[in-house]
Amino acid sequence: MYFGIWAALLLGTFVTYKAAFLELGRFNAAVALIIATVKALLVALFFMHIKGAHEKLLKLVVLSTVFFLFILLILSMADYGTRTWS
Amino acid sequence: MPDSTLVGLHHEEEHHPELLHHFADAQQQRDSASLGMWIFLSTEVMFFGGLFCAYLIYRRWYFGDFGAASKSISAALGATNTAVLICSSLTVVLAVWAAQTARRRLLIGSLVITMLLGLTFLGIKGIEYKEKFEEHHVPGASFSFDHVPIPGHPDQYANPRHAEIFFSLYFIMTGLHALHMIIGLGIFAWLLIMAWKGRFTPAYHTPIEIGGLYWHFVDIVWIYLFPLLYLIDRHP
Repeated sequence: MYFGIWAALLLGTFVTYKAAFLELGRFNAAVALIIATVKALLVALFFMHIKGAHEKLLKLVVLSTVFFLFILLILSMADYGTRTWS
Repeated sequence: MPDSTLVGLHHEEEHHPELLHHFADAQQQRDSASLGMWIFLSTEVMFFGGLFCAYLIYRRWYFGDFGAASKSISAALGATNTAVLICSSLTVVLAVWAAQTARRRLLIGSLVITMLLGLTFLGIKGIEYKEKFEEHHVPGASFSFDHVPIPGHPDQYANPRHAEIFFSLYFIMTGLHALHMIIGLGIFAWLLIMAWKGRFTPAYHTPIEIGGLYWHFVDIVWIYLFPLLYLIDRHP
């Protein structure tokens, strides 16, 4: 089963690399980041064994990590992104 | 499965020598180790997160200049390094499985291959850094980035000061990542020595599991670093 995840990760890398050379405009970044997120999820869920974990506290820690990272990124970018002056 | 029994001490289950007395049972001890490593990884996520935040803000501001700078680093080498790390994550989970199923040779082989792949990653990084050094793209007194066209706008040149910001972020983020890689190699060297001495059994292989968690985290950071740094604006 690990080999299936590994193959999917390599495929995702290949697709990311090839897609970067296509003319997709604003969607180049979105495609690359979506594939990267899928790859990260595969590693976290299956290689790091979050999927089979029975400890709910562990899942809470992982989710809150992502949550706080999103606060950092989204609020910072919303701040700078909505400054219409200069 | 455990190799010793202390009669009369714990009536529910046999007492494994690695079970510490402040834990109720081995499963709780394993869960605590895993939780502890994950909490540390949370701090690491925020550590890299700050750098990613800075990168995203500057990229939004200076998209064209960042695109020009990004085009000057080798996407092929970056993709190769991504594949190298993905393979190393596979060997890490194989090492954990080998420890779970008492396959000593597979365990040691997987640990060795993981380390070799890690060294390969660092070697390729070294080649990339050398290229940047030769092209005077290292931020500082000898930095130069003149007359480099912005991708998609061949009549406009990239602002060298903004490109220098890209390269500062590039070296700091990949440098910090490489430092984590080196630390990971140190951890795995220790795991290899312990495995060679036969310290890991199906009942106790926690160091390999949590060392593996650290390695997977380093892989995940690179999975995001690669598209963000190398693939900003690659279409011809």
